[in-house]
Amino acid sequence: MGSETTGAPVERTAAQGGRPSPGRGFSLTWLGVVPFFVFATLFLIAPTGLLVVGAFQTADGSFTLANLAGLLHPSIVAAYVISLEISAASALGGAVIGFFLARAIVSGGLPGWVRPTVTTFSGVASNFAGVPLAFAFLATLGRTGLVTWALMEWFGFNLYATGFKLLSFLGLTLTYLYFQIPLMVLILTPALEGLKKEWGEAASILGASSLQYWRMVALPVLWPSLLGATLLLFANAFGAVATAYALTGSSLNIVTILLYAQIRGDVLHDQNLGYALALGMIVITGGANVGYIWLRGRAERWVK
Amino acid sequence: MKRSTLGSWISVAIGAVYFLLPLIATFEFSLRLKRGVYSFEAYRIVLTDPSFQASFLYSVVLALATIVVGAVIVVPTAYWVRLKLPKMRPVVEFVTLLPLVVPAIVIVFGHLRMYNSQSILPLTDSSFGTDLLLTFGYVTLSLPYMYRSVDTALAAIDVATLTEAAESLGASRTATLTRVIFPNIRAGLLSGAFLTFAIVIGEFTFASLLNRPAFGPYLQLVGANRAYEPAALAIIAFVVTWASLGLIQVFGAARKGSK
Amino acid sequence: MSFIDITGLKKAFGPVTVVHDFDLGIEKGEFVSFLGPSGCGKTTILRMIAGFEAASAGRIAIDGREVTRLPPAKRDVGMVFQSYALFPNMTVGENIAFGLRIAKKSAAEIRERVAEMLAIIKLPDLADRYPWQLSGGQQQRVALARAIAVRPQVLLLDEPLSALDAKIRVSLREEIRALQRDLGITTIFVTHDQEEALSMSDRIVVMNEGRAAQVGTPFEVYTWPKNRFVASFVGTLNLLDGVVVDEGRLTLDGREVTVGRGLAGRRAGETVTVALRPEAVTLGATATGLPGTVEAVSFLGAVVRVKVRLDTQVVTLDAFNQTTQRPPEPGTAVRLVFGAEDLLVLGEG
Repeated sequence: MGSETTGAPVERTAAQGGRPSPGRGFSLTWLGVVPFFVFATLFLIAPTGLLVVGAFQTADGSFTLANLAGLLHPSIVAAYVISLEISAASALGGAVIGFFLARAIVSGGLPGWVRPTVTTFSGVASNFAGVPLAFAFLATLGRTGLVTWALMEWFGFNLYATGFKLLSFLGLTLTYLYFQIPLMVLILTPALEGLKKEWGEAASILGASSLQYWRMVALPVLWPSLLGATLLLFANAFGAVATAYALTGSSLNIVTILLYAQIRGDVLHDQNLGYALALGMIVITGGANVGYIWLRGRAERWVK
Repeated sequence: MKRSTLGSWISVAIGAVYFLLPLIATFEFSLRLKRGVYSFEAYRIVLTDPSFQASFLYSVVLALATIVVGAVIVVPTAYWVRLKLPKMRPVVEFVTLLPLVVPAIVIVFGHLRMYNSQSILPLTDSSFGTDLLLTFGYVTLSLPYMYRSVDTALAAIDVATLTEAAESLGASRTATLTRVIFPNIRAGLLSGAFLTFAIVIGEFTFASLLNRPAFGPYLQLVGANRAYEPAALAIIAFVVTWASLGLIQVFGAARKGSK
Repeated sequence: MSFIDITGLKKAFGPVTVVHDFDLGIEKGEFVSFLGPSGCGKTTILRMIAGFEAASAGRIAIDGREVTRLPPAKRDVGMVFQSYALFPNMTVGENIAFGLRIAKKSAAEIRERVAEMLAIIKLPDLADRYPWQLSGGQQQRVALARAIAVRPQVLLLDEPLSALDAKIRVSLREEIRALQRDLGITTIFVTHDQEEALSMSDRIVVMNEGRAAQVGTPFEVYTWPKNRFVASFVGTLNLLDGVVVDEGRLTLDGREVTVGRGLAGRRAGETVTVALRPEAVTLGATATGLPGTVEAVSFLGAVVRVKVRLDTQVVTLDAFNQTTQRPPEPGTAVRLVFGAEDLLVLGEG
């Protein structure tokens, strides 16, 4: 970039707004984003690409689909299934609860301090994932956790006699909800703000009840945002490792834990099958994100 | 009118219980190390543990390095794209969002494959090389947040006009960037930085799989072997997260106030 | 009793009172405008009539039925918003049909009424378009159709033209007025644009700080503003300080002029504010009239606006542009001619 001074500011200004001029100026303009793309290629795109390629290779490098077929092994399928279930459950739960919470703070007629409080807290809680979150839930719903104890002491209800385990589908879902709900609040608040007050007023003056307004106007307008946010939550849960690992060690067979064990010690005894496992994850989270982007496009078309 | 307010209060109350109960439980649990009395013994043990100090310091340094590298990559790129290559914005934005699409564990898996001891660039051979790789890994993780914060801040100022004004007054490109653009997007950059700090400080997957002595793996190790100390650590981690994100609010508010 | 009867209406947000004891009667089929600057309370009154804001005190009745505490849906009023507020997920046809569907009309009736409405707003072919595919003017017509499709007793228009381009604003205001006459629907129109209010209304309520500053026909409000506020808000007026001589005369910058009325009861030597319409003043060639010097001339096309300095005060006058007569040069000595009736002595407040 250098430190050339402006001998001819007018010329420079003209080049500013317009298209890059051909020749030297053209290549120089593009040079500005080269560091970024080099970095992204080296540490994001190429490593991921290498795994994708590896998923279609045998150990000696020739093309194969056997790794993908290997994913159909019952224990791997089971891992995907439970991962999908937990992700879906925590995404749906987070979406529903997060929706009501977001609606309450955006248009619930609450005092002014509630909204910034909830938003700030959501910002913190949505980032409070990983190992510490697992500790918090062990202290809450573990065998010696406070809630477990309180249920027993005050209501005579033995949570663990019902077969409840924190290291399970339900336990992990409840734990994930801790960051899923706030994430939903953060994503959905702008969308709810996009609902114009006048739509509700127009509907009510035309005779619609609040329920009719939500059914006929607000939800149809919101659904792309709602569904898109749910997909994002889904992908968020699907890729999570640390919380589950700290809660369960390797005892719960979800796909991220399986992949973690594979990276650590090649538990599948097949490097390339590990790459296929990763590819499967990319396809699922990628699919969820493509869905999110498509739905966001739809949502923006309406709410302009 | 009254009924809908009640519903809103119920929603907020449920949310509050869900979020405060685990914190209260964790805090209560962290005080129970000594039988029969509440004490801060667990905190004392944790805070005086040399491996706590070492791993925490390590993660702090790593977080700072991540922020610096991230800013150096993101700020000029975002600025340049807004100024000269607006057509590239969707592409750049897409790339910065990739870390939300590709799970972290997959990225680190790719790093291990690409930079292992048999590769052309065997970063994992030395501990410094691995630290470098870990930093770059964290930079990728922070890209979505860093880029969005900076880009939003850039959107709020008229980059093209400011640049033209600076240049017509004789400033060089570098001077424009450091003396004009940078101060104007400081708040955005800071919020990206604190968010990055909050993410990196307790990160587990990358550090654990690269075998680095960071705070995240230390937390996991304590969790696997101790009873009450993990609760104390969870509270500490929560306070750190809260502080990082709270600071964003403070700086955000300061910026609004100064306007 | 009037068709719409508003008595003692008051609205306070906490310690701030935005509408003070407002009384107004509106006859059936009348088109009444609330005109005033932003924050004068005009929109708040409209929203209280619609039922979106609860009145702090007072009473609103429509067609003999008190509606003060009724929810919006039960008031039998239609409303058009500044921001159109069309439902973005519905087509034009579905938007217009919304109120009819809520009222559980038969499919055949809905279809018929929607077609009728589309014809009225002159957009017969756009039933299947979505709002985002329409221009602002088209959207606002659809909003109008949606509001009147259910045949409300009262139509409320909340600055419906403010978001539109100047040209469309003029054509749409004529359409709205024509439509209102055809349907005979009692209409309240809120605006801050005096030209809109003057051109559309049967009566204008000029609002200032939560009170009606003047109520009257456009002609009355424009020609005989009651006070300084109305005079300065409606049209461009010269406001001059005069000193009373007797019941028929006062002096402007030391020169005596005859005043038609309004000086009864004023003491000699008292200073009063007089209003003078720019279009009521002409430049006279004769030796009579008020002497002054041309200070500035702006050529506005059909009209030439001339500023004439008397001594300390400046009078602005509008003259039609005439081919035979060039606008005067600045510095020219001129005489100002106007009728005794054109000098309007204003009350205070």
